[in-house]
Amino acid sequence: MSKPSKDQMLYMYRKMLEIRQFEEAAGTLYQSGQLPGFLHLYIGEEATAVGVCAHLQDDDYITSTHRGHGHLIAKGGKRDRMMAELFARTTGYCKGKGGSMHIADKETGILGANGVVGAGIPLAAGAGLSAKLRGTQQVAVSFFGDGATNQGVFHETLNLAAVWELPVIFVCENNRFGMGTPQREHQRVEDIAAVRAPAYDMPGITVDGNDVLKVYAAVDEAVTRAREGGGPTLLNCDTYRFRGHHIGDPGTSYRDREEVQEQERQRDPIRRLAAVLIEEEGMTQDELSALETELANELEAALEFAKSSPEPLPEDALNDLYAGSIQP
Amino acid sequence: MKTITYRDALKEALVEEMERDDAVFLMGEDIAEYGGAYKVTDGLFQEFGKDRIRNTPISEAAIIGTALGAAVTGMRPVAELMYIDFTAVGMDQIVNQVAKIRYMVGGQLDVPLVIRTQGGAGRSSAAQHAQSLEAWFVHIPGLLVVMPSTPYDAKGLLKTAIRDDNPIMFIEHKLLYTEEGEIPDEEYTIPLGVADVKREGEDITILATSRMVLNALIAADTLAAEGISAEVIDPRTLMPLDKDSILDSVKKTNRLLIAHEAVGRAGFGAEIAALVVREAFDYLDAPIERVAAAPVPVPFAPVMENFVIPNADQIADAARKLVRYEI
Ligand SMILES: Cc1ncc(C[n+]2csc(CCOP(=O)(O)OP(=O)(O)O)c2C)c(N)n1
Ligand SMILES: [Mg+2]
Repeated sequence: MSKPSKDQMLYMYRKMLEIRQFEEAAGTLYQSGQLPGFLHLYIGEEATAVGVCAHLQDDDYITSTHRGHGHLIAKGGKRDRMMAELFARTTGYCKGKGGSMHIADKETGILGANGVVGAGIPLAAGAGLSAKLRGTQQVAVSFFGDGATNQGVFHETLNLAAVWELPVIFVCENNRFGMGTPQREHQRVEDIAAVRAPAYDMPGITVDGNDVLKVYAAVDEAVTRAREGGGPTLLNCDTYRFRGHHIGDPGTSYRDREEVQEQERQRDPIRRLAAVLIEEEGMTQDELSALETELANELEAALEFAKSSPEPLPEDALNDLYAGSIQP
Repeated sequence: MKTITYRDALKEALVEEMERDDAVFLMGEDIAEYGGAYKVTDGLFQEFGKDRIRNTPISEAAIIGTALGAAVTGMRPVAELMYIDFTAVGMDQIVNQVAKIRYMVGGQLDVPLVIRTQGGAGRSSAAQHAQSLEAWFVHIPGLLVVMPSTPYDAKGLLKTAIRDDNPIMFIEHKLLYTEEGEIPDEEYTIPLGVADVKREGEDITILATSRMVLNALIAADTLAAEGISAEVIDPRTLMPLDKDSILDSVKKTNRLLIAHEAVGRAGFGAEIAALVVREAFDYLDAPIERVAAAPVPVPFAPVMENFVIPNADQIADAARKLVRYEI
């Protein structure tokens, strides 16, 4: 089990804060009617994205989900261009064509969030196949939810990746709900890695997905195996969604308020890492607060950037569909 | 020039493009030792190895999704779906992922992906192995659709498709694999979006796709014996579509008959009819007619299958009526 250095821990603390701040701001903006479309917040699940992506290089790949902001920030996506996309501006990652559920960034290996549950999973296998055929050491990570593990394409892809020994890490974020359906009502298995990884003859690991240090340690092993040609791993991160399924869902009709409050009190990944940084790494609360302020200022600037960016022209809708000279 | 089958023409295209570009590789069910269900890739694994001629599990969604992932990260996959009927099993990946990813991400990612598949009736393959589903894909913005009818077109268009940076549904016809035709000895490609006049004529335009081009040519022979000069035009690529050549032909002959093997209802022929009515209405001396499959699943019994799928006689009949039509 690898333990990260203090610098790495601080990096992860920073990334988790970046995500939390981004999500809180996006939620507020959405509720005040400033953002169009859908919004699925990642609040509470930050440790999974950050613990995983801390092991990745810029040229490694990820595929993401409808709840993708955390993955993107953890992989190196910039908050200003993400925010601009939420505002549907030309400076957004997709020039306003994708929105929250389709953000991608070729430069940092982000092959896209995805509006179809489970659909990004084979894309990651393909990126892994590409790396293998090109003879690079790149790996691909696919993030998906517990609900997505009931999709055929999850099973198809795990099987294919195992057969082809692809350098892929399949990361299930088991936040215990698929929309409003608790896990026990949508599948019989609870520990997805323990049961489903052996079914495809690949290693499976289950970790506390709200403990970034545990996620970090587990992924270290999986990424090393993938880079060395040892094939895929299924990682099951036990986490919890603090907010509703999307911004319009209060998230209380299918679970108890007490349960949510208990999770927030006991399992907030940011507060947990803060405690480690203070108790074991000699940092002070003031230092952490200063970092928080610095990142909040950065987010303010990102918001300013987004709001002051131009809107697309209506007829820009006709661009970007085809490569070359073919017209829609 | 040399004479070659449609199957071997396709194989030549695959071999030449794999030799030319290391990024090109093939994946699909039973394409290696087995050689592909219709033997198009027969023997290729011996030449290129199983890294580049990849047998997949029977997992259509994963085949397409994985090919897409490889396509957006530097490879140029040619993914084979054994029957076009099975695209339905992988439809989310084709329609929601492959077709849309470039657009959704603001043009950041190119998708140099060819999905080779085959359709069509004529071998008693019945309802789940004999459909003509090209209109589904023409309907989806983001996909290109290629349907070659001759060995020459098959080779030239497949090479172009592999080099193109857009996702392409390359739809072959199971009855065409053994058809022979001439191709040049030297290398050639055929651009997308260029129709081919397969036979010139004056009195009526017959626009046909895939195997119906062969039937249209037989019909044109019959009609010629009766003094009717039919022009046969094959769009070859349904998207992009060579509208100009189609309109030029109709403006010359003043009559249009469309023949395709898919069912008529909401079929590709309806799109052509709408185009011609809008752009060449004043030139038409007769209504536009369509010859297409009856709107039922493809039946098994040869007598019923023959009844449902259009033949050369039906095309000739329809053409005669249009030529005799009095305004
Ligand atoms: C194929 C498909 N079916 C249904 C939906 C609607 N939907 C969006 S998110 C979601 C729940 C997904 O649950 P899970 O995979 O656990 O991810 P989570 O939202 O918990 O992060 C559903 C049903 C969809 N987007 N795609
Ligand atoms: Mg879930």
